[in-house]
Amino acid sequence: MKKPVVELKLPIIPNMELIATQTAEVISRHMNLTDDQSSEISMAIIEACINAFEHSKVENNVFIHFIIEEASLVIKVIDQGIGFDKTNVEIPKIENKIGTNERKRGWGLQLIQELMDSVEFESNDEGTTVTMKKNINN
Amino acid sequence: MSNFITGIKENNSIIIIETNGYLNNTGGDAIATIVYEKIDQGHSKFLINLGNTKIVNSIGVSILIEIIEKLQSVDGKLGYYNLAPIVSKTFTIMGLTKYSTVFESEEQAVNEI
Repeated sequence: MKKPVVELKLPIIPNMELIATQTAEVISRHMNLTDDQSSEISMAIIEACINAFEHSKVENNVFIHFIIEEASLVIKVIDQGIGFDKTNVEIPKIENKIGTNERKRGWGLQLIQELMDSVEFESNDEGTTVTMKKNINN
Repeated sequence: MSNFITGIKENNSIIIIETNGYLNNTGGDAIATIVYEKIDQGHSKFLINLGNTKIVNSIGVSILIEIIEKLQSVDGKLGYYNLAPIVSKTFTIMGLTKYSTVFESEEQAVNEI
């Protein structure tokens, strides 16, 4: 049977990520996810959207696909930006950021990985797709 | 005062900032502006009531790291109370709880910061 999919197309405008979190909340309720699971999904989407917005040109859009599976919710955040090399992204540590010149930002990927059950990144010079999964029974 | 900041009060020389809504870059900047003004006036202990902030992003929280760093230069302290579970979890993942304190209530925060 074909899996139900909800698709969003977001312009690069500040706070548009909140449209995606509202959609995620509706889908989470439909799937009987817990409040904690729903909040974790929303936070991960916010971070994925912020990264997508930052890597994209203003005239681009960010696409979000919510794929409702029997035992999990899969979310794809797709941008048409410049891409990035995940191997060049260091795991942030607050100890390295306080009292140093290191920039305080750069937490998005770490948060996504901590909050979701699995995360995959596909990136090239035509864009990036972040695929995140939250299992129902965790 | 911005829409994000809904109140600023003082209790035992502790500045308490109350927020409402999304802690993003503009929300973080609004908090920082107040804290830096109050530091210049001689204050060094700050509490943020996040009871009406159910959603944050890492850019807004990164500005709290900047505030913590600034407070270290004046031997100051930062604390929070009334956190939603996801906000508390985010603070833990980002390590804020190593350099600032999450309290259960305003009473506990004022007594223990």
